[in-house]
Amino acid sequence: MSENGKPKFAMYWAASCGGCEIAVLNIHEKILDFDANFEVAFWPVAMDAKYKDVEALEDGEILLTLFNGGIRNDENEHIAKLLRQKSQIMVAFGSCANEGCIPGLANLSPIESLFETVYNTVSTENEEGIRPQSSYEMPEGTIHIPEMYPVLRTLDQVIDVDYYMPGCPPESHQVAAVVDLVISVVKGEAVLPPKGTVIGAGNSTVCDECERTRNVKKIKKFVRIQDIERFDPEICLLEQGLICNGPATLSGCMAKCPTSGAPCVGCYGPGPRVLDYGARMVAALASVIDSRDPVEIEAILDGIVDPAGTFYKFNLAHSLLKTGKASWNGN
Amino acid sequence: MTKPFEPMIIGFTCNWCSYRAADLAGTSRKKYPPNIRLVRMMCSGRLDPVFVLEAFSGGADGVMITGCHPGECHYIEQNFKALRRVLLLKRTIEPLGINPQRLKLVWASASEGNLFAKEVETFIGEVRDLGPLNWQKRAMRNDLRLVESLPEEVPV
Ligand code: SF4
Repeated sequence: MSENGKPKFAMYWAASCGGCEIAVLNIHEKILDFDANFEVAFWPVAMDAKYKDVEALEDGEILLTLFNGGIRNDENEHIAKLLRQKSQIMVAFGSCANEGCIPGLANLSPIESLFETVYNTVSTENEEGIRPQSSYEMPEGTIHIPEMYPVLRTLDQVIDVDYYMPGCPPESHQVAAVVDLVISVVKGEAVLPPKGTVIGAGNSTVCDECERTRNVKKIKKFVRIQDIERFDPEICLLEQGLICNGPATLSGCMAKCPTSGAPCVGCYGPGPRVLDYGARMVAALASVIDSRDPVEIEAILDGIVDPAGTFYKFNLAHSLLKTGKASWNGN
Repeated sequence: MTKPFEPMIIGFTCNWCSYRAADLAGTSRKKYPPNIRLVRMMCSGRLDPVFVLEAFSGGADGVMITGCHPGECHYIEQNFKALRRVLLLKRTIEPLGINPQRLKLVWASASEGNLFAKEVETFIGEVRDLGPLNWQKRAMRNDLRLVESLPEEVPV
């Protein structure tokens, strides 16, 4: 508790894009309720604070930490462990912290090829071929920058997590609902759900929230959105041959993408009782392909241009396989 | 001395044809290497792709799925569904670095004990040539909380 009697709040970004922070600010005037009820102890994107300020706190002094981003380097890991120690409630906030998200797709590639892409593409000016080094000698002494790990890990692969809040980013109405809940808990008007609960999401699949008309799915050809001039605005996108991840994805977003004509990419992560997101997509798509002939089936499957990237766009780091073989090679 | 590599294969067999083929191979004393562990399902169409991924991530070097011949499925056409799932699954695991040859689909009727034994033997040979997959250790290293329980002596 701080001097003004308000419980403390922290939000941190590890390997992420910053969209989660914007989703929090997107709760509009509710942010004032939030401010009235919490004191921000640490939120690097919103206000200046030093790691040593966090280190100086008592264990458990922060009531609530929203942690977004995956764990990609030793700094991410250090802060995750530090915040765990200082926080009573640790929420894995957003897809990166929950399941790896887009940064997790880098688990398909070895670290050298990631550096190659970033520091040595045609469009990169880096004539000296400079690469990041975790320590460097300067006249003033040795300086360190965080050491990149061979793979990206999800938050719960590194520390104990109390609640999971999915989404890329979490929808603002869900963030607002969670903020309301926590405020009522602080006031003693509500109790927290059991540890490990997925909060700020539905308990079904995106298909269940989607209002498009569904008939029998019989797919003879997969298409990409740029290949077709016009899609039927009413009918299920998957029925029209677009790969829509709705059948495997947790609800809670109100099926925003399919409703506005873009297929679901799966940012809310695996639906209830889905053990492996990609496996569920394989099962779902294979079931609706309308062919019994191996040659024709292969031809239809050619329409799925990047199966691993499509089925594990958000979930690779938390899938059963967790990583591509390449990322661990040589380690 | 290093022990020769013995692949671990998980076999998913359907109740009506291929499990009986395996049974027949047994009762007719047909020998095949003991590297395969069979799991009986009611139908190859029951094969959830997650079973295959669990097998690989849990230490299997190869997975074999067997079902009734096309047109002979007890549940009319579920073995075609298995076929489509296996074909798509092969395409999904390849970019992750799992050779799709580690996953095999075989049709065997209840009377084909010999064929079953032969297919198992061939597959074990193929997987032996591919070498160990070692995915379990890889997946465990991705979870820092499990790393501590990694047995020291196994090279990753
Ligand atoms: S597959 Fe996509 S478009 Fe079809 S019902 Fe599900 S979410 Fe809607």
